[in-house]
Amino acid sequence: MPTYADIPGQRAFRRMADAQPDRVTMRLLVIEDDRAAADYLVKAFSEVGHIADAAYDGEDGLAMALEGQYDVLIVDRMLPKRDGLSLIGTLRAKGIETPALILSALGQVDDRVKGLRAGGDDYLPKPYSFSELLARVEVLARRRGGRNEETVLRVGDLELDRLSHQVRRGEEEITLQPREFRLLEYLMKHVGQVVTRTMLLENVWDYHFDPQTNVIDVHISRLRSKIDKGFSQPLLHTVRGAGYMIRDGAR
Amino acid sequence: MTALGKLFRTTTFKLTLVYLTVFALFAAFLLGYFALNTRRLITEQITDTVNAEITGLSEQYRQGGIRRLVVVVDARARRPGSSLYIVTTFAGEALAGNVTALEPGILDNPGWTETVYRRLDEAEGPEHPEHQALVRVFQLPGGFRLLVGRDLDERERLYHIILGAGRWSIAIVIVLGLAGGLFVTRRVLRRVDAMTETTRTIMAGDLGERLPVAGTGDELDRLAENLNIMLERIEALMRGLKEVSDNIAHDLKTPLTRLRNRSEQALRTANSEAEYRAAIEATIEESDSLIATFNALLMIARAESGQARDDMSEFDAAEIAHDICELYEPLAEEKGIALMVEADTAAPVKGNRELVSQALANLVDNAIKYAEPHDKLVNGVAPEIVIRALNEGDRILLTVADRGPGIPESDRSRVIERFVRLEQSRSKPGSGLGLSLASAVARLHGGELTLEDNHPGLKTVIALPREGPVQMRDGAARQKESRR
Repeated sequence: MPTYADIPGQRAFRRMADAQPDRVTMRLLVIEDDRAAADYLVKAFSEVGHIADAAYDGEDGLAMALEGQYDVLIVDRMLPKRDGLSLIGTLRAKGIETPALILSALGQVDDRVKGLRAGGDDYLPKPYSFSELLARVEVLARRRGGRNEETVLRVGDLELDRLSHQVRRGEEEITLQPREFRLLEYLMKHVGQVVTRTMLLENVWDYHFDPQTNVIDVHISRLRSKIDKGFSQPLLHTVRGAGYMIRDGAR
Repeated sequence: MTALGKLFRTTTFKLTLVYLTVFALFAAFLLGYFALNTRRLITEQITDTVNAEITGLSEQYRQGGIRRLVVVVDARARRPGSSLYIVTTFAGEALAGNVTALEPGILDNPGWTETVYRRLDEAEGPEHPEHQALVRVFQLPGGFRLLVGRDLDERERLYHIILGAGRWSIAIVIVLGLAGGLFVTRRVLRRVDAMTETTRTIMAGDLGERLPVAGTGDELDRLAENLNIMLERIEALMRGLKEVSDNIAHDLKTPLTRLRNRSEQALRTANSEAEYRAAIEATIEESDSLIATFNALLMIARAESGQARDDMSEFDAAEIAHDICELYEPLAEEKGIALMVEADTAAPVKGNRELVSQALANLVDNAIKYAEPHDKLVNGVAPEIVIRALNEGDRILLTVADRGPGIPESDRSRVIERFVRLEQSRSKPGSGLGLSLASAVARLHGGELTLEDNHPGLKTVIALPREGPVQMRDGAARQKESRR
């Protein structure tokens, strides 16, 4: 196995890769004018088993996005020749719905809203950690497959009914607080995928700021004690340096 | 641009011109109408008199023949005045009258004519010019002709007097209007010039300068006052910006130096891959906390600059209190602290929900961070933190009250400043920006952050202006009571 000691945090996303044996290879396009950053991303993505191309300006990026079959686009907001938002807007106007994640140095709430309104599917302020980016890209790629419409989510013997709000593991009924239910629902929707703390904060709590202390960890450990305690096979896993994942370990 | 050109270009002067033109046109129309009507009235009067006279004279002729007519006309013609008469034979030979030098052929056409004439008693010459007259020629039975008329001098004189008066008054109106306009314009212009002058000084960098206010309370004064308020705000912002950059320079350089030193040391002394790895991981950790600090600073700057005002909406502060409590409750419980909420049913606030949530989260985070551990409890006071969202008059108070060590009164205003951390808290994690952010958010919403004694402990209060009608204080209190 090759080692990339020059990629910081490499161990963390190696762990992420190991945690997801059923990971499928994605084709990614990185549109970023900072060559060092773009090349780093291409290398890091290929390190975890994905195929990534890079474009260094908006026009090239648009051309490649138009002809290539990509699963996810990673688009910097400020690009030479054509800015990221206009690039995504053009793609959407041409009916190309490839999920796009916007990277931006601006990172304020209204800026983020602008990005999502322009047709972006997710937004990550710079500087970002690669594990955060990877987790979000994988969720975006999977979103196409769509597990959103299912009314009953199942992971191993854990079962969550989105209509009746009932959760059971095996024969045992589990009582969850409303927020715990939403937390579990989000994790189960992304079964087998790493979900970061910020993703949870954004999607379960609808907050876009960084609480100074890691409050999410405590919520997770509470949830874990409800769904995993007393069972031989744990389902909710911590991926060190990245986040959490729910997965059926028995498979 | 010349001074005069500048004068003519001002709005005030243009307005003066417009008003002047409208007024002058109106006056001209009015006077013209008046003059023409007067003239018409006089003409009508003349016609009536002449007709009456002709009727009278032809009656004389009918009763007494040409001889009598000649005698009557002769007598009348001798009277001084503006009445004109001629009686002629069929051949045109004058039998009686006081008129000569009529335009040729007048006597041949019976009916009304305007003509020139000279009176018989006036000698020919330049000192007696010909006059205008309105005459009627009447054919008498038997071939004689009778001409009766009136001099038009009076009518024309009156007409011209009115016209003249009109012209003069319009001229005076225009002159006075222009002068007044120029006077007012120059006054306004002088004040605007003074403002422009001040603005230039300000643009040149002297932010302490203020626009002159005349004290008349007019629209220019109001403008100047508002601009001064704006300048005040800009000056405060600039001061804040300078403060921020100074603080950033100071407080980001410290961890950056630490980061650099650590990397350098690793490069120099590390031998094994494990050691390098540990050094790199420490570097990443350090840069993460730097990024967090930087984000907090940006957030504060954004709140203070008022940019966040763009996405303000109405929301319920009580709901935020419940949400934040729910978010931090497991963390508090883990540390053996009871986290509770006391909130009114509705605490409407208009603002940036995200920022207010973060501000409250910072306060709760602080309270949990600085809570005394169990074994250090004094007087057996249970470690509890209460989040409150209550109506008080026209304000909403978002309060976080803890039983921690508190902050001495002398330090309270200081800790709100950026990066200030009291000695005893240096060992705890955090950027020292939590309270600064809460304070900036409160000010963004037109409120304030205050620190109070909780006997024992600390009470942090974010006071925000209430949105909507003011609720009765005791009504709110009763609601609170019932929920306890």
